[in-house]
Amino acid sequence: MGLLSKKDAKLITDPLADNNPITIQVLGICSALAITAQLKASIVMAVSVMAVLGIGNVVISLMRNIIPSKIRIIVQLVVVAALVIIVDQVLKAFSYELSKTLSVFVGLIITNCIIMGRFEAFALGNGPWRSFLDGIGNALGYGVILVIVGFFRELLGSGTLLGFKVLGDPIEKTGLYAIGYENNGFMLLSPMALIVVGIIIWVQRSRNKDLIED
Amino acid sequence: MSNKTDSNVYTIIFAIAMVIIVGALLAFTASSLAPKISENQRIEKQQNILYAMGVNNNDEGSAVFVDASEAQDLFSKYITKQLVMQNGNVTEDAEAYLIDIKKQKTIGTNNPDERKLPIFLGDKDGKTYYVIPIYGKGLWDAIWGYVSVDKNMVIQGAYFDHKGETPGLGANIKERFFMDDFIGEHLLDSNGNFKGVDVAKGNADPKNENKTDNEVDAIAGATITGNGVTAMIKSDLKLYKPYFDNLKNN
Repeated sequence: MGLLSKKDAKLITDPLADNNPITIQVLGICSALAITAQLKASIVMAVSVMAVLGIGNVVISLMRNIIPSKIRIIVQLVVVAALVIIVDQVLKAFSYELSKTLSVFVGLIITNCIIMGRFEAFALGNGPWRSFLDGIGNALGYGVILVIVGFFRELLGSGTLLGFKVLGDPIEKTGLYAIGYENNGFMLLSPMALIVVGIIIWVQRSRNKDLIED
Repeated sequence: MSNKTDSNVYTIIFAIAMVIIVGALLAFTASSLAPKISENQRIEKQQNILYAMGVNNNDEGSAVFVDASEAQDLFSKYITKQLVMQNGNVTEDAEAYLIDIKKQKTIGTNNPDERKLPIFLGDKDGKTYYVIPIYGKGLWDAIWGYVSVDKNMVIQGAYFDHKGETPGLGANIKERFFMDDFIGEHLLDSNGNFKGVDVAKGNADPKNENKTDNEVDAIAGATITGNGVTAMIKSDLKLYKPYFDNLKNN
């Protein structure tokens, strides 16, 4: 990343691994459980959060010196709610099928703790460019986990990836199904998302012992 | 934070300005995207109606509509007539599928005679389908659907949708395993009186082999949504009984 100074680059890379919002800070779990049954929904959710968090961080950062401290939480809420409604309307206009799948969850972006957390912890005390990087970084960190969870849930639960039958056809008994493989319907239920997230946390912490709280 | 931003006057002015700016922004977005959104909703209605009469791209276990780009063409091809019943009179209306069922239902609670009842006649492979929109409420919010029947009021296809039923429970009313159960079910009892179809718990016929029992198997954990489906089938489809009686007599 030649464009970014070392300090700025860390804003992007830190949330991807050692300060990941889901696996380390354990924020944004609700949406990670709810929408990861399919890879496509995971990707769209990750992109939507990236848009809202990136733009939201910049807006809050630009306003940080004029926001009255007494109502700063309300101001943050208004900014994120307005952005989310705009994202929702744009999805409804240009990707209607997707907006139907995500409609419940798009509303839940407002309550995604990562967003309020980054506004309060970072954007209120830093300039717009760094806030933007921080927003993108955290959304990427969130998105990476969502995509990993979505990948395993869709692959093992439905035998597909992005809708393509990668393991063969379960009805026609081709591919893996020919030798008796069955889809694990349990993977499609939310509890398995929690277990997959748990496995990611386990792997991450056993590779980097510094992350283990005693 | 400077002292300036801590004063009450500043806080109030800031709040007012913020509300005005954000309000204007949202109003602008909503009104500039509105035509595109309502076009999407119009196509969705066509897709739903076509789905109910068996024109769809279903694969294996999942319900798939015809492509949005083809919906208009297929709709004109398969739907031969759109009728509206009002107070016993039947008129033709090419825009009948756009009638707001929720609104008509509200009108109907006070003035049953003024309620417009749309019905869509479809023709596929020489067979006539009568597609009827229904509307009701589930556990959290609205549920609705389209049911296609033949002239004896035997269900030929059903599509259900919902606004906010619980994912994995009530939301499953729009899954194939539930919707397909309705196919072949009779809406009338053996004497020809309207009975509807019950979404029944403790059903003696879970494989749904008996099509004349006026029952389909309920979804475990979704009792209230299921009851909502039963209720909207009973209340809304019943209103079309006179139309089918007429059909038979002529």
